[in-house]
Amino acid sequence: MSKTIPVVKDIMDANAQLAAQVRAKLDEAGVLALNLMASPGAGKTSVIIRTIEALKDEIRLAAIDGDVAAIDVERIAETGIPVTQINTGGSCHLDANMLWSALPSVDLESTELLLVENVGNLICPASFPLGTHYSVVIASVPEGDDKPYKYPTMFKGADVLLLNKVDMLAYEPFDVEYFRRGVEALNPGVAFFPISCRTGEGFDAWLDWVRAAVGRAVRDDDRRGRG
Amino acid sequence: MHELGITQNLLELALKHAEQAGAKRIVRLNLIVGEFSSVVDDSVQFYWDFLSRGTIAEGAELHFERVPGELECLLCGHRFRPNGEDYICPHCAGTRVVVAGGEEFRLESIEVED
Repeated sequence: MSKTIPVVKDIMDANAQLAAQVRAKLDEAGVLALNLMASPGAGKTSVIIRTIEALKDEIRLAAIDGDVAAIDVERIAETGIPVTQINTGGSCHLDANMLWSALPSVDLESTELLLVENVGNLICPASFPLGTHYSVVIASVPEGDDKPYKYPTMFKGADVLLLNKVDMLAYEPFDVEYFRRGVEALNPGVAFFPISCRTGEGFDAWLDWVRAAVGRAVRDDDRRGRG
Repeated sequence: MHELGITQNLLELALKHAEQAGAKRIVRLNLIVGEFSSVVDDSVQFYWDFLSRGTIAEGAELHFERVPGELECLLCGHRFRPNGEDYICPHCAGTRVVVAGGEEFRLESIEVED
């Protein structure tokens, strides 16, 4: 005879436990980590490079790149900061285990800010927290203003939202207010920065946010991000 | 694409609970899969057939109970399905919502034989 045994366990627990390990290791070393997520082509690598170029003389930076193309790693390496590639083998997202395995390649003791570039995808990365401190979601004007309505799990979990390629607003039927309403419905008060990697527009406000986050991490008194 | 790792976790979880219960064979797993969970049940089934071979869970039936994605209006509590175009509550026109269902991926129970 068969019998039923109740289990009632979240199958993603294994990832959540590893994410907690990652967070503990980062905190022990005093490293602030950002998880950058976006669709392919939204400008993750460009945002990372422009951010590095602006901050590398004042903040000790490192990057981990989980995107599928090695060319992104080469572009980031040209900035002169240490970068580690995670070979995702065509996977659709980074998970906490991949980040945990990559951490020994990063000199955490001499790093203040770790930028983690996730795989280009607005769906799966939302289901796999990495243990990073803040989730940075990058949307871009050519993708369309309906993305917050199509991918609620990604936009509700963002600590910071960058809207990239705003230099293209003159050419695209993109309604910024409609876009923001969708984000605010799910995630009121989320830090929102319209930027352009091409022109540099809006970058100062984003860089100030990063500086403030690193400052809080150094003081070790504020870790409210959802990571 | 990512179901291989997830299915490994599922198998380990099921085997652990079966072992604790002293079961000889697992015949069925009852799973709850939310629409927003990024889990494709056909893909889990595919990896399951492969990974469970040679274990006491070989041949076990995977039963998926699908949970639709739902939003909850923070103003009136009404629950509704997202339409992909706006987040306005169809009941009270409220503009603040939370994702109230559809993110879960849970092993509810296993059916075993002694």
